[in-house]
Amino acid sequence: MTAEAQTPPVEAPEIPEIPEIPEIPEIDVMGERDFGFWLYLMSDAIIFSLLFATYVVMIPGTDGGPTAQDVFDLPRAFAETVLLLTSSFTFGMASVAVLSGNKTHVVLWLAVTAVLGLGFIGLELSEFTSMIAAGAGPDRSGFLSAFFALVGTHGLHVTAGLVWILVTIIQLSRKELTPLMRSRIYRLGLFWHFLDIVWIGIFSVVYLPGVMGEAF
Amino acid sequence: MLGKLSWDALPLYSWVAFSGAAMEVLAAVAVVAIITYLRAWRYLWTEWLTSVDHKRIGIMYTVLALVMLLRGFADAIMMRTQQAVAYDSQGYLPPDHFDQVFSAHGTIMIFFMAMPFLTGLINFVVPQQIGARDVAFPFLNSVSLWLTASGAGLVLASLVIGKFSTAGWTAYPPYSGIEYSPDVGVDYWLWAVILSGVGTTLTGINFLVTILKRRAPGMTLMRMPLFTWTALVVSLLIVFAFPAVTVAGGLLGLDRYLGMHFFTNDGGGNMMNYINLIWIWGHPEVYILILPAFGIFSEIVSTFSRKRLFGYASLVYATAAIGLLSFTVWLHHFFTMGSSANVNAFFGIMTMIIAVPTGVKVFDWLFTMYRGRIEMSVPMLWTIGFIVTFVIGGMSGVLLAIPPVDYLMHNSTFLVAHFHNMLIPGALFGYFAGYMYWFPKAFGFKLDDTWGRRAFWLWISGFYLAFMPLYVLGFMGMSRRMEHYDMPGWQPWLIVAALGAFLIAAGIACMIIQLYVSVKNREALADTTGDPWGGRTLEWATASPPAPYNFARIPVVHDRDELIWRKEHGEGADKDDIATPIELPENTGHGVIIGIVGGILGFAMIWHIWWLAVVSLVAILATIVMRSFQDEGERDLTDSDVSALEKRGSGPLVGY
Amino acid sequence: MCRLGGVLAVALLLAGCSASQWPVLHPDGPIAATQRTLLFTAFGLMLIVVVPVWVLTVIVLTRFRASRNSDDYHPNWQSNTVDAVVWIGPAVIVLAIGALVWDYTHKLDPYKPLDLSKTPLEIQVVAQDWKWLFVYPDQDVAVVNELVLPVDRPVTFKITSDTVMNSFYIPGLAGQIYAMAGMQSQLNVIAVKPGTFTGRNTQYSGSGFSDQQFAVKAVSEDDFEAWLKVVRASPDRLNAKAYADLAKPSEKVPVKYYAGAKEGLFASIIEKYASHYFHDRETDTN
Repeated sequence: MTAEAQTPPVEAPEIPEIPEIPEIPEIDVMGERDFGFWLYLMSDAIIFSLLFATYVVMIPGTDGGPTAQDVFDLPRAFAETVLLLTSSFTFGMASVAVLSGNKTHVVLWLAVTAVLGLGFIGLELSEFTSMIAAGAGPDRSGFLSAFFALVGTHGLHVTAGLVWILVTIIQLSRKELTPLMRSRIYRLGLFWHFLDIVWIGIFSVVYLPGVMGEAF
Repeated sequence: MLGKLSWDALPLYSWVAFSGAAMEVLAAVAVVAIITYLRAWRYLWTEWLTSVDHKRIGIMYTVLALVMLLRGFADAIMMRTQQAVAYDSQGYLPPDHFDQVFSAHGTIMIFFMAMPFLTGLINFVVPQQIGARDVAFPFLNSVSLWLTASGAGLVLASLVIGKFSTAGWTAYPPYSGIEYSPDVGVDYWLWAVILSGVGTTLTGINFLVTILKRRAPGMTLMRMPLFTWTALVVSLLIVFAFPAVTVAGGLLGLDRYLGMHFFTNDGGGNMMNYINLIWIWGHPEVYILILPAFGIFSEIVSTFSRKRLFGYASLVYATAAIGLLSFTVWLHHFFTMGSSANVNAFFGIMTMIIAVPTGVKVFDWLFTMYRGRIEMSVPMLWTIGFIVTFVIGGMSGVLLAIPPVDYLMHNSTFLVAHFHNMLIPGALFGYFAGYMYWFPKAFGFKLDDTWGRRAFWLWISGFYLAFMPLYVLGFMGMSRRMEHYDMPGWQPWLIVAALGAFLIAAGIACMIIQLYVSVKNREALADTTGDPWGGRTLEWATASPPAPYNFARIPVVHDRDELIWRKEHGEGADKDDIATPIELPENTGHGVIIGIVGGILGFAMIWHIWWLAVVSLVAILATIVMRSFQDEGERDLTDSDVSALEKRGSGPLVGY
Repeated sequence: MCRLGGVLAVALLLAGCSASQWPVLHPDGPIAATQRTLLFTAFGLMLIVVVPVWVLTVIVLTRFRASRNSDDYHPNWQSNTVDAVVWIGPAVIVLAIGALVWDYTHKLDPYKPLDLSKTPLEIQVVAQDWKWLFVYPDQDVAVVNELVLPVDRPVTFKITSDTVMNSFYIPGLAGQIYAMAGMQSQLNVIAVKPGTFTGRNTQYSGSGFSDQQFAVKAVSEDDFEAWLKVVRASPDRLNAKAYADLAKPSEKVPVKYYAGAKEGLFASIIEKYASHYFHDRETDTN
């Protein structure tokens, strides 16, 4: 103790230098919202990664029931992938239209995106119902529970995205492309592309190895 | 029509449960009656419930925490008395009731006492510390508060309608699964946790953005007060860790509601996955609870030693290191699950590494006091009590982190003593210190000193008396959560522990008296300067209580201890401050509506009242969509508004 | 300081007490004994950091109280040396304990067989609501809520659960390990002297949890044989029907003997839950 006490004290400078006066702060409200939304996406990404991890852990938990090879339909999953990827592209077109300030085009491309998204959801629902009808529902085994939870959570997100697109279209029919609307569409775009990325993960972790077998 | 709900849900199964429920209902009726008598409903609604002001939200969070502390402590004292008398007898609580009590105690103390308490303090203090006028997303802040409150409401409701979970606060499956816990208890737990978890995640996002984007000019990261630093790290931990509890709870819910097989014994389920998920959240959660308290201690030690914080950079790096490491240790909660020696040893060593930055902090606080002029104020008492006691918990923690030792001590009362030793002195004392330290800032008058000291001494002696015997009982092989036992040697220790709990009860009584006495003497205790303690940071540069916008002019920050810098520079130290137009978000009832409807949604799901669940879900979505159609209301304050508010000055209860 | 005194007083108190009261501190098996020694060593190492904290607190609080108006007041005092010491000090201690942890976690791996010169006695352990079933496959007997072990012979417990998660704990012998349905966990112990302890479930499992304990008796080889004779004299056999009856939830179950168990009973309990997961970790037999 005493040894430490005797070390020569390093006095901090009594009065620090006055820094240069920074710019007058202007709160960038939209920038804050974008940043906040990125953080939300990050926490959502963690939800998905834990669901992915759970799925991988549960692959052997088929309880003697159907395995991935028995239930997955690669052509349909591929069709879903095409729909969703295309919708990401059409959303990109909507964003371009936002930049050029062409409201009609924004609405149009958003509508196309919504239709593609609806197609995706329709295919997913048909997949789910046919699996449940074939006795491969989520209560059949841990493996199927994990499959439905992962893919279903993504599907719910897409559905929420569709509602959001719908609301945006209605709002655009009443308002101009105000900075607030632009910034909302920007975040909606982040969300939509994020779901696309998650789907690519699902396609390559769930469907491809599932159908090829032996990958895990 | 009403799902599983029927008259059987009333707590008529034991007189203890019935009187608990009756007390709770009476308390609620009394509160409603008093508010009605005071004709305060309109005031409450317009000024508080609909408020989006971070200070009022912070105060409401703290009130919620203190109320839930009373409820959680009532559970604690019931357990202590039960174990004190239950040698070779059933005591006065049947197992089914005792199990609800310990589950409710843990759930309440973690989710609905500690979390609201720290969130309240962060809300109240951080924007002021960083020289901001509000948080980045005031409306979201209100939603967070009311979701947390509705979760707490569900836990309270479970006392009166139906039963609470018996599966402990972590709800391990398969016990918490539908096969072994078919009644609504686990569902109450599930929805309370999910609702408050969503609220907490939003808070985390909100404060990350606030701290990173709204700091006053000149406030670099390394000039942030330490409490703000801990709030930043905690927000990051929240955003990263809470998804895990959402997933764990969500999947458990799918098992329970839709018969899935994530964690069941059969059907290919894997209970070990749940245990991993819950602790991937659970361990960072421990640091979410404790880091803000570390921040509070840092502020208090420095203020009352009249000295710059020693080793500021070390404290910052230690905070960040603890945050990072907290994600690498979760497996130490289940060394006994049969992992390989390599895995167990790895997680054991990672756990111990956390002791290093923690130790650094303790020494830095001591060296902050060293060569200072220490004033033994009440907040400082809590801090000293913490330092001396916390290291004991640190030691028992390192012992438990040694896998072979954990084989002996796991699930024993030694473990119970350990985590209470971390969380009571480590977290709760910190919140109490912060409550007493910032109270004058919130209300314009200090809390009574004498009653504060009494509370402290009763709490700390009660703590030692209540928990040291549990360490001893761990060595005697006593498991946690035992409703009765047949070892005569245990009883004396358990009686001592119960006495400790009664001392703590007296400490809580002192805190209630302190509040009463202080409100009564508020004129004498008034803080007219805004800086009652000789503070060092910006929150003491505002009036007490602060104006709605905190700072009429945005302060420009020159130093880490900015207020000290300003005091040293005297007149004109604020000449750089920037006048910008003041805009305040308008109050809105949407937050409280979303919270209440969220609570109804949870209640409907718990009791399988499907139509009501659908209606409330649609109502929530409709509120959000409707809100997006309005351009958010903002109130621009004119110069005359501001000067009126500024002239009002500060003083006891001004503004409330 | 008085607190430190209190801790010491407790420690002294502990030293004077009997083994049956203090199973953790007075173990009867080498595993638990090593675990205890490790506990004491780590505790001692930590005192190197913790005692200075207490001493420093007392010194600082007596010397630097504002009321003393000490001249030694340096409101901006910092010291890089001290800063370095407070990092390095705890780090060295943690390094030391960390090395111990690595070493002993491997030495005391519960899956590691003990004393390879003798064939271990295998005992299959099944956690039920709310009792313990012990099957001695080689002796072809089964017992409820009583565990009898021969002294000086290594014992391998194979553990599973026919209900929720339990934790199989014998504080005087070797600590605990979880019992989980559909999985098998393992614990190796050896008793070195005759004695009686209490084992129990430590993982909360429902209303009968508090009474879910069993007597553990370490006896000589002869007494073990004699005990086996008594068990074999029982008229009951643990056939499928008897097992199904036993497995129903029951509390405070008295000791019960079965002269023989259904072939493959233990494996069938595991397979009932899981045909795919069979959790038995590979262990180093060397």
